Amino acid sequence: MSMDVVEFKGVSKSFGKRRVLDRLDLHIPQGKITFILGKSGEGKSVTIKHIMGLLKPDAGQIIVDGEDIVGKTKEEFRQYRKKFGMLFQHAALFDSMTVGENVLFPLMEHHRTTMQTMLTRVEEVLAQVGLPNIQHKYPTELSTGEKKRVGLARALVTKPHIILYDEPTTGMDPLVSEMIDGLIVQMSKEEQELTSIVISHDLKAALQTADYIVFLYQGKVALAGTPAAFRAAKDPVVRQFFSGKVEGPMEFL
Amino acid sequence: MSEAVSAKKLPVAVSAVEWLGRGIIGMYAEWLYFVGFVRQVVVWTVRRPHRVGLLFTHMEFIGNQSLNIIIGAGVAVGAVFGLQIGAIFVVFRAESMMGAATGKALCQELAPLITAILITGRAGAAMTAEIATMKVNEQVDAMEAMATDPISYLVVPRVLASILIMPLLCSVFIFTGVLGSFLAGTLLFHVDEGLFVQKITTLVTSKDIWRGLSKAFVFAAIMAVICCRYGLRASGGAKGVGIATTNAVVVTLLAMLAVDVVLTYFQIMW
Ligand SMILES: Nc1ncnc2c1ncn2[C@@H]1O[C@H](COP(=O)(O)OP(=O)(O)O)[C@@H](O)[C@H]1O
Ligand SMILES: [Mg+2]
Repeated sequence: MSMDVVEFKGVSKSFGKRRVLDRLDLHIPQGKITFILGKSGEGKSVTIKHIMGLLKPDAGQIIVDGEDIVGKTKEEFRQYRKKFGMLFQHAALFDSMTVGENVLFPLMEHHRTTMQTMLTRVEEVLAQVGLPNIQHKYPTELSTGEKKRVGLARALVTKPHIILYDEPTTGMDPLVSEMIDGLIVQMSKEEQELTSIVISHDLKAALQTADYIVFLYQGKVALAGTPAAFRAAKDPVVRQFFSGKVEGPMEFL
Repeated sequence: MSEAVSAKKLPVAVSAVEWLGRGIIGMYAEWLYFVGFVRQVVVWTVRRPHRVGLLFTHMEFIGNQSLNIIIGAGVAVGAVFGLQIGAIFVVFRAESMMGAATGKALCQELAPLITAILITGRAGAAMTAEIATMKVNEQVDAMEAMATDPISYLVVPRVLASILIMPLLCSVFIFTGVLGSFLAGTLLFHVDEGLFVQKITTLVTSKDIWRGLSKAFVFAAIMAVICCRYGLRASGGAKGVGIATTNAVVVTLLAMLAVDVVLTYFQIMW
């Protein structure tokens, strides 16, 4: 296995009395597509917010590109975040701006070139997610799936070397889901160094798309490995997640 | 029996102390946070990028769109105050002085305070609601994830726009207020127009106007900083936005009144 780009060592995080991450140890390989699976409310979004430094762990270390990020100052985090692109679970588009302005935002902030170059890039990336000609619409005029794709365009526009996708295909029709999974794979092929971290509860997509899968359960990694390892897994919790049955060892809080 | 009662009473006393302690520590932490917040605002005001476009957008929102309210309120307050002062002064046959008295009161106190209160209700509440909505919808997180500091993008332009516009609106209030009292004086108390103007120009000094405008400046800073801060700390959906907005307005108004007392003391005594 290649080098790890992200490593969690004994990371714990509680909200009030609820312990969401419980001494979590996690490895994410560099230059690969890693899926983080788990049922909803399991702490998947919380996990990637830790990677971005949007949440601070109560305990433990988070090592990204070889350095522990936990003690970083606000200013250091600002520099650090420039290498990421992130798609939020609910897209989190700025609703005071048009679609075009939303996608342009990270370019204007940190990757300023000529306006013409930036606008061309915005068009290009919107076409990539299958939404040409909607630049002048406002986010409130879009469907959930469209918002998500604009959020995806915004995450990709700066060509970051680590991309975090929080449930990129949840709530989308099968065709668009397929297109997005295809896009993730295609970008990963084009750019050897690109690390993609995808949060999902879509096991089928994970088995098809991922190079590496991490399965979260009760604040810990229940199983991590290649899709092949997952297909062969005997762990009853993993098997239950595979089969999608309510009865089984998995606890629903 | 009595033993059981005292055993029960002790935890109550302890928890009261604990409650008090927590309250004090909470207030202290809150204060530290606020000081840190203000420092960040100052730092990002000086630092690049300077967001001139956003500054103008917010100036237009706070200023232009509040102008009607300020003009209307100015005339009304000036007229009402003029009437009340006039009713007293007429007893001493000093009704020609009413313009000067109204003018002084408008400059030093009424204009900056009422302008600030009106703008807090209109623009301050909107600042909190907007930023709070962005916060609870993860738009603020998204901004941070894109390596843009929300203080630089959301707070600084609003603070600068407020402190640039509030003194202007305050001037408009003074002018329209004097106009209101002029109407009340000439129409209802039959004060001679020339005399009215003459008394104002000799008795209301530029010092009075500067006192008022400096108050407007300070109130603007208080409003924008507090309203933005409450917006950025909002949590818990639409309800959280409502709570943040109410709190922001109440705290802003109380803080303005408290600062007003202190400012007035120094302005009068020094
Ligand atoms: N900012 C927060 N404040 C309080 N609780 C939170 C916060 N973020 C997440 N949680 C809680 O943490 C748990 C995991 O959330 P999340 O990571 O969003 O789940 P998911 O795996 O579906 O993405 C949930 O129970 C959620 O309520
Ligand atoms: Mg989630």
